[in-house]
Parts: sequence; structure tokens; C-alpha cells
Amino acid sequence: MSGYRLDSGGRVDRDHPLPFRWDSQALTGLAGDTLASALLANGVSVVGRSFKYHRPRGVTSAGVEEGGAIVTLNSGPWAEPNAKATTVEMYKGLEAFGQNAWPSVRFDLGEVNGLFGRFFSAGFYYKTFMGPLRGTRAWMFYEYFIRRAAGMGTAPRAADPDDYETAHAFCDVLVIGSGPAGLEAALTAADSGLDVLLVEQDFELGGDLLTGDPLIGDQPAGDWLRTRTAALQTHERIRIMRRTTAFGLYDNCVAGLVERVTDHLPGAPAHLPRQRFWVVRPRRVILASGALERAFCFGDNDRPGVMTASAAAAYVGRYGVAPGRRALVATNNDSGYRCAALLARNGIATTVLEARAEAGTAGARLQELGVELRLGTAPLQALGRTGLTGVRTARARGAAWHADQQIECDVLAVSGGWSPVVNLLSHRGVRPVYDATLAAFLPGEIREPIHVCGSAAGIWDAGDCVRSGQSAAAAAARALGFDASLVAMPPAGGWPTPIRPLWEVRDEIGGVLGKSFVDPQHDVTSEDVRQAHREGFVSVEHLKRYTTLGMATDQGKVGNVIGLALMAEASGSSMAETGTTTFRPPYTPVALGALSGRSAGSHWRPTRITPMHRWHQRQGARMTEAGLWLRPWYYPRGDEDLEAAYRREMQIVRERVGLVDVSTLGKIAVQGPDAAVFLNRVYVNGFLKLPVGKARYGVMLRDDGVVMDDGTTWRLSDTDYFMTTTTANAAAVLAWLEQLLETRWPDLLVRVTSVTEQWAGFAVAGPRSREVLAALADDIDLSDTGCPFMAVRQGLLQGVPCRIARLSFSGELAYEVYVPSGFGEALAEVLWATVEPQGGVLYGTEALGALRIEKGHVAGAELDGRTTLDDLGMGRMASTTKPFIGSVLRHRAGLADPNRPRLVGIVPVEPGQRLRNGALLFADQNVSGHGIGWISSVTYSHECAGHIGLGFIAGGLASWMDRTAVLSDPVRGDCFAVRVVAPCFVDPQGERLHA
Amino acid sequence: MLRIPCPYCGERDHSEFSYGGPADLVYPDIDCDEMEAWSEAVYCRDNPRGPQRELWHHLQGCRLWMVVERDTLTHEIAGAQPVQAALKPILGSGS
Repeated sequence: MSGYRLDSGGRVDRDHPLPFRWDSQALTGLAGDTLASALLANGVSVVGRSFKYHRPRGVTSAGVEEGGAIVTLNSGPWAEPNAKATTVEMYKGLEAFGQNAWPSVRFDLGEVNGLFGRFFSAGFYYKTFMGPLRGTRAWMFYEYFIRRAAGMGTAPRAADPDDYETAHAFCDVLVIGSGPAGLEAALTAADSGLDVLLVEQDFELGGDLLTGDPLIGDQPAGDWLRTRTAALQTHERIRIMRRTTAFGLYDNCVAGLVERVTDHLPGAPAHLPRQRFWVVRPRRVILASGALERAFCFGDNDRPGVMTASAAAAYVGRYGVAPGRRALVATNNDSGYRCAALLARNGIATTVLEARAEAGTAGARLQELGVELRLGTAPLQALGRTGLTGVRTARARGAAWHADQQIECDVLAVSGGWSPVVNLLSHRGVRPVYDATLAAFLPGEIREPIHVCGSAAGIWDAGDCVRSGQSAAAAAARALGFDASLVAMPPAGGWPTPIRPLWEVRDEIGGVLGKSFVDPQHDVTSEDVRQAHREGFVSVEHLKRYTTLGMATDQGKVGNVIGLALMAEASGSSMAETGTTTFRPPYTPVALGALSGRSAGSHWRPTRITPMHRWHQRQGARMTEAGLWLRPWYYPRGDEDLEAAYRREMQIVRERVGLVDVSTLGKIAVQGPDAAVFLNRVYVNGFLKLPVGKARYGVMLRDDGVVMDDGTTWRLSDTDYFMTTTTANAAAVLAWLEQLLETRWPDLLVRVTSVTEQWAGFAVAGPRSREVLAALADDIDLSDTGCPFMAVRQGLLQGVPCRIARLSFSGELAYEVYVPSGFGEALAEVLWATVEPQGGVLYGTEALGALRIEKGHVAGAELDGRTTLDDLGMGRMASTTKPFIGSVLRHRAGLADPNRPRLVGIVPVEPGQRLRNGALLFADQNVSGHGIGWISSVTYSHECAGHIGLGFIAGGLASWMDRTAVLSDPVRGDCFAVRVVAPCFVDPQGERLHA
Repeated sequence: MLRIPCPYCGERDHSEFSYGGPADLVYPDIDCDEMEAWSEAVYCRDNPRGPQRELWHHLQGCRLWMVVERDTLTHEIAGAQPVQAALKPILGSGS
């Protein structure tokens, strides 16, 4: 092919040259070009290499349906593979590279794959490598090479360096597409009073009108487009988004859009995101998404220089580029004649191969332009390898074709008919209906607030498209209660001479000459479709998956209809009987970065910090994530690592005193006259008799009897309780309490309110904790009689209002102290000022966990949503005199099985061996399967002088007390004997916490 | 994206809500100690094709629990009203 820039015409700006790079070549395009039009203007014919066979490929379209000119943009971390050159807007300094080829797309060694074509036919992968070779070394060997050879561009390995945004919008009507129908629909709707959002994936409004042809009424398309665009841009009720693709349509008409904000800007300003993902919530949608022209198949129809007729027309009419010097236009319908006329008027020698026996009025007009018209003729095989040199034609004899003669040409523009873009309707479950007269799938019955107009509805005439836009807008306006006079929807169709449905040209005797591609992007040929049929793939959904026809980024834009027709032909059934596949979002590929928007890296989810966060940092804390929270993990001294630090911290808590931030615990105010009754139903243990000024540990179950959460609840007054939950379950517990109160027990007078963020708290633990608090409390008696175990006191701590309860998670004498959040840092200061001189420590979650494991207290690793009270050894806590949530179903036969895994303590038989959580437990050395239990929590224990753990083992202590089991950790390679002991390693009588 | 007409906040994305099961399911009274009755309520669900009354919680909004009428086939939502009878006259229906 020998494309070149025309001296005049088109919408490009010849005074605005833009240098760009294609592989190693420095080339020049124009403002208004796409990468594809600029490459054609520079005479570049081979732009890509095909997926499997590595055949040279050129530009085949002028839009999103491109299956040939697939390239990689940019380099390094900015590299974007699989971009369609036909949709890439030209800018100064653009860099593009050929892909799927080595060393280059013009000389690709992978082309040798074409010689082994029969091995790469439909399903080759399954048949060749999933058969006898599967799982063998040979399979591993071949698979490696095939994966390397077959494929598309290479994704960059580095993180995406660009910024993206998410945005939201509302409108009365979302108009998708800005061809004649969409423009008219947007104006009509806005004039009727609707708030309109008009989106166009191209960088210019106009759709097919940009080619500069047909007349609309008696007005040239260009003039009509200019006046309409001007009216739209100044209309106060219309927002226009160009470079924006509506890629998916979801429930309630909610649409996903991606706006390419800076992709077309050289050196984009730093404050702008690369792309924006929009979630639009319109009340109604007008779908004016147009139609895509398809070709029909013939031998070697993928040779560079073969393109659709509308693409050739667009390159001439819109971009001022001649795709070649000697053109053939092959058509089976009236629309091909516009292309022929445009080419001829621009000095390109043009011959029309008309598949039909007559061309009617469309053909007659061509005679004036000196275009030769050959009736009953179609291309049989394209000639040339890296560029088209000619076409072998065929003559029609009835429905069959016979090889005829050879014609020289360097561009072949093919029109096989048009396929309405019904993809977005397919997202809504609307199945298209085949119209045999128009040879097109038209929108089926739509039950949602969506109106289709223009060629998306199969309306081919531009004037009719305009009227259909008015009709759709009026219908939308009236549905929303606005005044609009009804306009009749023009019928589908509009060509004076009917189309001759044509899917493939092959010689009646010789068949297909060369390869005849149905889906060039995936190298699926007509023979693959027939082979799939011969092998019994009858359903089109199976055909799609077996051959990969219309999969992935293509989503059936080009080859789907042809593939279905060939399948129907092979099976001797109609198109309607054959059916169609489902198009899925996204309509065109969407960068993952756009979907995640700002929710990337540390912004992936919110980070919660306690009021003392900065104070902890100043004390040198290493932080860890606990759900959304950041909590102090440990406070290293000198060059201590985690291990050394937590061992020191836990030891000093046991010997003296320590402080740990417990602000992250869920805190819920349970208030109202029926609060006691409510708590009594929610917790397994009794709460009716909890006196004011006392706290109680409680466990709550789910309806099914499995443990949900635990925590303490403090009675502050007759009607006011302060509930704490685990950090992880705070939100779920609140929602659960709300659900019970609103949906199950609306008669209870109780309100629950999250106060997690209103209170900051520390646990003060260790034998000296009383001295510490007593020194600080202004008006609270902290003596054992004044503040006994589980007592709750309110008062002042150095003038700060506080709530104190004598609770212990560590097993030591301990208190939890809460102050209003704003005083959190002040609380830290005053406590530390007293604790530090006592030789106390700050301790983090690691030591917190270590202390509770020594004490056998359960936490998240044990409350894993599968364990029951009995599994945890807390069955006796459950009241037998009152009903509570889960009280019935916790006695289900399966849960009562004494052989269920029950909580136990674990120690290594050989001192010094290190336990790891997640390890499995086995009855003996015969280590296989999932074992009879597992280890849930482990720590080093000073008191036991070694590692200890909590875990679950079938039968629990009743079967295993003091017996030896085998620990196996196949992942980390451990396997040794452990002893099962009671799950409390420190102070089992509880003397310390009652001290 | 479903759009749910919260009677208190107005129409909102379903991602602000959490689903709470069928609305007309009656749990046994807390005093009921029949295993069968609890099993039925906790485990057995109809799976209707068509309109269904279901509970939704406006978790990231007003935290109201509401009954939403939704068609399980088309996802069409006919309306929503507060679960609590006392709130109905005040908030009305969100449809």
C-alpha cells in the first residue's frame, strides 16, 4: 500500500504538523490525525503482527473495531500495549511501537508460525497439549514457547505511574454517541427542558458526519454538523464530554464512562489525571451508538491494504489521506458507493466490485465520476504479502462464485453491511433480533428506560437518523413528564436497493484460496468455524469459546455476525435459530488504573488512627495494621527487633506495669429503659442483675449458635451501658444490634450508638497499675475495696473526666481507662509520666497478644466464625435459665459432637522448638490430609521458658490432656511432637488479677 | 448499580446499603425453644423469581432498616419503606 497525504480536504490542520515516532522512525502527522491516519499518510502499511500466525497486518478500520493496527504506546512504566492506532489521537511527540513481533513488524521471525497453521486451528491448545502430553515435561516445554509466540503486547512490570480519578454525575438523559441521531436527540431533549449529558468516544463530535459526506435534507453534512455543534455547545442544559466512552450500562441505567483527560496532551499538566472514571446516574438513556461496518470474508482478506469502505472514506474525507493510488471498492450494499465517490473525487483510480446483479440509483451516479462498475463481482483472494498488490476476483453465478481474473490495486475497501452497536443493550440483557432483509441484528424488546435511535437501530439514511433522534428525545421527555410533541420513529433500513447478504466469497470448486479471516484480531478463520461445527460445537457460546471468536478486547465488534452466519450455513439453520452471543462490558478496554481511581496505594482504603497516634510515633512505636486501624506493634529500644522488643515488654508488664492503647476497641452506647433486657437477650450470660458501677465480660452468638464476638459491657446508670467489642467486629456488631432492634424487637426501648471515636483509652496492666492510677486519680478510690475486680468508676484523672474499669486481658491487676478523644494525648502524657519512673513500659499488639495467649484468652484467631462456646471451653458461661440469640441452635446435633476440635494449649515436647500458627495437628507420625486440629495463636512465654500456643484439636482436653500429638507445617517444613495442655499457662487461679 | 429510594435520605446507590434477607421472614420469639422453628427461620429461604420484599440497611447513610420491594428477575425496585411501623407515617414510602 502506498498511502499519502492529499493536498486538500479533510478536517486535519495542515499548518499544524506534529512530529511523532513509529518504532525507530521519526515521522510527521497533523493536528486532527489519529495514529492510524498519520501512519497511512506516511506510507506505512504494516502496523502489526497477528496473534497466532504473526501475519503482517495493516489498518483495517477507522475506529474502535480495529483488528489489525494494534500497537504499543509509550515506553517504560507508561507503556500501554494493545492500543488501537485508529483511536489514538495524534499529538506532538507521540511514541508508538509495533508489538507481537521480533525484531520488527515488517520482518518478524514469528511469521514461521503461519507455516504450521494447521497446528494452530480451533482448539489446538486443548487437543494438542491437554491430551496425552498433559502434565508431562513435554507439555511444560511446549507451553512455554507457545505462550511466548502467541499473544499480544507486553504489559509493563512497573507500577502505573499515572493518576486517575473517579467522578459522579447525574442527568435526566444520557445521550451516548454524537452522530446525526445523537446530536439531534441531545438538542431536542434539552429544548424540551431536560438536563442532558452527551458523550462521544471520539475527540470530535459528529460520528459518521465527520467524513463530510451525505446530505442531510439539502444541507451538506459539514454545514449541518457545524450549526448543530454550535447550538449544542452554547445550550445551558447540555454538558458535552468528548474522548469519553460509555463502556458499560448497568442496573437503573447507571453508566460507566471513561474520560481520557490527558492522553492526547504532550506534557500533560500535573494537576490533571490521565483518565477519569465516571459513574453516571441518568433517569433515561438515549443510545445513539451507531453501527460498525463489517467486511465479508475472502482469501487472505487480512493483507495490509484491505479495509472497510467506511474506513477508506474516513481517511479521505476526514483525515485528508489517500489510503492508496489504485483502489477497488467491493460492496454488497448501497453504502459502499459513498466511499467510491470520495476516492474518485480525490483523484484515486477506483473500480467498484458490486456483488449484487444491479446497483440501482447508487451505481448510476458513479458513472459521472468515471468509476468503473463491475456487477456480480467480488474479491476472491487478496494478493501481496506485506502490502496489497492486487485482487483475484470472482463472478457470481446464482449463489455461487467462480474465479475470474486478476486486478491490480493497492487498496481494497470492502463493505459487507452494517452491524448496529447493540453492545450496551446486551449489557442490560436485551438480546438482539436478526433482520434477514437488512442482514443485521437489531435491538430486541427493551423494558428499561432506554431509547435507541440512528444506525444503532438499523436506520441507515442520515436524514432518517436525525428524525429518529428527535423521536427518541421526545419519547424520553414525555416519559419524564416534560412537554414534547411526538415524532414518528423512522423504520429501520433505508437503502434503495436491498443488500445481498454475503459472508464469504469462495470458489465453488476450489473453496477458499489462502486464509479467510472472520476475526483477524484473534486469527480465527472461516475454516476454524467450520471445523468447530464438524467437531460438534453447535451452540454459538461454545463456538466462541472454542475458537476465541469475538473474545477479549474485540467483544464481537467485527467478526461476530459473520461467524454466526458461517455457523448457520454449516449447520443448515437460520441466523435466528443459531442465535447470538452475549456482549459484555467493557465495550472497549478500560485501564485498571481508571477503575481504581484515587483508591490506590495508601489510599486503597481509609486509615484509622487513634488520638494518640502521633504520640506513639514520638515514642518510637513500630505500627501494624489491624483492619483499617494502625496500632503500635512494638516499641523497640536501641536495635531491638520485634522478637526482643515484645519479650521485654511482656516481661515488664508481668513484673511491673505497662500501657497499651486500646482505643481501637469497638465502643457502643446501649441506652434506654429496656437496655438490660436487650443485653440479656444478646449475650449468652445474664445481664439483668449487673449492678450500676460494674462491668461484665459477655459473649454473643449468631442466630446459628456460632460465636460472633466478645467484650465487656459496663453499667454506667440504670439506663446507660457502655459496650466494648473486638476491634475487628465493631462495625458488624453495631449493625447486628441495630437489625435486632429495628426488625425483630421494635418494642424494646433501646438506642445503640457507636462511640468508638468519642473515647480514647489505655489499658494499664501489671502489679503496679494501681499505684500508677492512684497517683493520678483526683477523686476515685482505687483500693481493692473501693474499686474491686470488674468495678466501674467515673471521675477525674488529673482534671480530665474519665471512665475506669478494673478489667484484665493480660491476667495481671489491670484497668482500662477511657477519656474523651480530645484528651487522648493528654492521657498518654500523664500516664507515661507516672509509668516511666516506675520502670514500666509501653507495649504494643505483639506483647498484648503474647500476654493473652499465656492467659488462654481467646481473640480473633479463635473467634473465626466457626467456633462455638463449647469449642472454646466457655460452655458453662451460657445461662441455662434464660433464652438468648443462638441459645437453641447452639445445641444442634453437629455442634454437640464431642469430637469437634476444641480449644487446648500446646507446648513443644522438645524445649526450644518454635511453634507457628497455622500448623496442623496430627494424632501420630502418619502425617497426611488435613489433620485433627490446628494451631491458632503462638507466642514465646517467659513463664514457660519456651514457645506456647493455643489451638484446636478433635475431642479437646477430654481426649488429649497431657498427651502427645504431632505438629506438621508442610509450608515451613516443621514436623515435631507437641504436648496438649490446658489453655491457661499463667496464674490459672486468677490470684494476680484479684490482687 | 441498583438505586434504592431510602425513605429518609432519598435515592442512593445500593453500595451504601447492606442486604438483610427476606422482609416477611418471621423469626421465632426469643422464648421459643423449638429447634425446628429456628432452623426453618435461619436456614430455609424461598428463592422467588419476580417481586420480593426484602430488608436493606442504609449502612453508610441514615442507618435506617427498610423494606425494599425488588424484582429478582429485572432488579426493578418498586419502593422502600421503614421497617418500623411508627416511622411510616413520618417518612412515608421512598418510591
